[in-house]
Amino acid sequence: MKLLIKNGRVIDPASKTDETLDILIEGGKIAAINGRIEAGEAEVIDASRLVVCPGFIDMHVHIREPGEEYKEDISTASEAAARGGFTSICAMPNTKPPNDNRGVTEYILSEAKKRARVNIFPVAAITRGLAGEELTDMADLSDAGAVAFSDDGHPVANSLVMRRALEYARFLDKLIIDHCEDKNLTEEGVMHEGEIAYRLGLKGMPAAAEEIMISRDLILAAMTGSRVHIAHLSTKEGLELVRLAKKNGIAVSVEVTPHHLILTDKNLTNYDSNLKVNPPLRSEEHRQALLEGLKEGLLDVFATDHAPHSPEDKDVEFDRAPFGLIGLETAVSLLLDRFVHRNYISLERFVSMLATRPAELLGLRNKGRVAVGADADLTLLNLRKEITVDVNTFASKSRNCPFHGWKLKGAVAMTLVGGRVVYRA
Amino acid sequence: MSPDSGREFRRYHLLGIEELEAAEIMTILDTAASMAEISQREIKKVPTLRGKTVVNLFFEPSTRTRSSFELAAKRLSADIVNFSLPTSSVVKGESLKDTVRNLEAMATDALVVRHSSSGAPHYIASFCRSHVINAGDGTHEHPTQALLDAYTIRQVKKRFKGLRVVIVGDILHSRVARSNLHLLRKLGAEVILTGPPALVPREFELLGAKIEHSLEKALVGADVVMMLRIQKERQKANYFPSIREYRQLYCLTAERLKLAKKDAIIMHPGPINRGVEIESDLADSIQSVILQQVENGIAVRMAVLYLLLGGKEREAAD
Repeated sequence: MKLLIKNGRVIDPASKTDETLDILIEGGKIAAINGRIEAGEAEVIDASRLVVCPGFIDMHVHIREPGEEYKEDISTASEAAARGGFTSICAMPNTKPPNDNRGVTEYILSEAKKRARVNIFPVAAITRGLAGEELTDMADLSDAGAVAFSDDGHPVANSLVMRRALEYARFLDKLIIDHCEDKNLTEEGVMHEGEIAYRLGLKGMPAAAEEIMISRDLILAAMTGSRVHIAHLSTKEGLELVRLAKKNGIAVSVEVTPHHLILTDKNLTNYDSNLKVNPPLRSEEHRQALLEGLKEGLLDVFATDHAPHSPEDKDVEFDRAPFGLIGLETAVSLLLDRFVHRNYISLERFVSMLATRPAELLGLRNKGRVAVGADADLTLLNLRKEITVDVNTFASKSRNCPFHGWKLKGAVAMTLVGGRVVYRA
Repeated sequence: MSPDSGREFRRYHLLGIEELEAAEIMTILDTAASMAEISQREIKKVPTLRGKTVVNLFFEPSTRTRSSFELAAKRLSADIVNFSLPTSSVVKGESLKDTVRNLEAMATDALVVRHSSSGAPHYIASFCRSHVINAGDGTHEHPTQALLDAYTIRQVKKRFKGLRVVIVGDILHSRVARSNLHLLRKLGAEVILTGPPALVPREFELLGAKIEHSLEKALVGADVVMMLRIQKERQKANYFPSIREYRQLYCLTAERLKLAKKDAIIMHPGPINRGVEIESDLADSIQSVILQQVENGIAVRMAVLYLLLGGKEREAAD
């Protein structure tokens, strides 16, 4: 089947393209890109008021399958992704059991093939059982389809283990993604340590816990010559460390979430457990630093850290609620409204952070660009459309989203995966 | 009591001191003054809250606060039920929401909540019909304790403005310290926090306190010295090196008390670790108002119950 996307404003940072073009799709690939392509027998999609981007890739998603399917599963996570404009999502390994062996990786991929509407790329564990002690069979896991390695949420505390992981990942040319947190400093913590935590009588998690681990990782990356990816950066000094490391040529990349760019600990004053997330929502000072980093181009990618939890799990006392909030279905509108429309970043930069850079970092050669021969994964945006976030319409099984009721400008119009329309607004 | 005494207090719940206006605090204290007399009568009971049901919902052990609320409710003729649950059994069994909903199904009018989680009463208030009174939530607030402390200070000192109040000990984990800090600042007193650095974080300056880690320096010119209980577990978490060292630096002794004003009063929310945070003799000395605090607790809690539950009658009388 052929599909022709007509008259869209095509933005492809990889080829520095920003012009009105037609895109012909055939056999799941992009067959032609031109100023004017005759439709012939192809089905036509009129994109004349839309922006056509390479499909967005979320590097940080918790799909909860296997093990906690009551929170989310492969079908619902992928449906949420499709609605949110993501054509590919990376599945973090902290499932039950964790993705620390070939069996789990293959399970995820085979179920995804049957049930998912978008591409799911497993991120495997760095250590067995996410215990921080012994390395997983990283070559075997790569062979099975793991695109990166992370002990997300249970960061590798032992520096020697981290060194060995980085060395091995370098040989495999795979990315190590680290959730940077010194767990001794955050023990029993439930929110950012600062004035608000002291007011609320809640145990704080100091920014230093993130900064110390970022600093260790950067030193080890320099020492081993390996690539390291800092997950969900949330602190000012963490950003300063990254700035210095990039200046010194260390192969570091950074992701940032919409919620750390938009919300602060001040939003927590009513003990709303939907705002309990790790790393915690920081103070305004940290948020302002992240915004500066965003403007300067220091932040490589946007990722949601989509972390579904059932209403029952979240509807408890604040200190008992699990960490995490969901982001797949709100990220694009939030980022367009807050940062593109308000001129923090260009539309091109926005696309680069959601598609081009993630594809580069993960080594997905046929994704993240609009080019002949590339996979026909495309995200179409309507920049003018105004939406109101309504958690009750979400495809996700969970509702732990702090943006319910927000009015935002800019929305996903259509999502195509492998030339197939998986979402149409 | 005058039907107008509730004019400045129109809240549905009492969750904390931080959100209260000074005028609301004064209304509670004035109402408490009119309640105090009831406990002096031969028949210590008035019919004001007859037919109202109050539940003491305690997820943490407590003797004095629970009994104080119980007596306060009884002296106003409300029916009161005690519901005490160790938090651990709640973790295994039903959720807090289900527990509260089950209780509410029994037509309760007020829930007096003590819980080890900061914000638990706020969470309960977000979904329940009954009036919620915070009787201590985690390390957040303990509003009726601060109110009874203020009532006691006013009894002795007749004012708040310009008073120098020193709070000594584990400020970080103290809901009593937080509620007192908010209350005393609103009424114009100066609050000095003292204790080991890890238990008195600098950020409390942003809440309006002055911080002085030397107890001696803090005590100079003090009108009120409020001692807090030091929990031995804090030492295990390295908040300070040892109880011995804590005692050397922060135990209130007769010698140290001389640095304060001659008429300074000593307060303690209890239970006391005699010989650890305060010399035993001092706790029983003429300067100590510790038992007066306990006595005033009943009047203050009667006032709070009356102001929250007597609302409809008050409006009808206005």
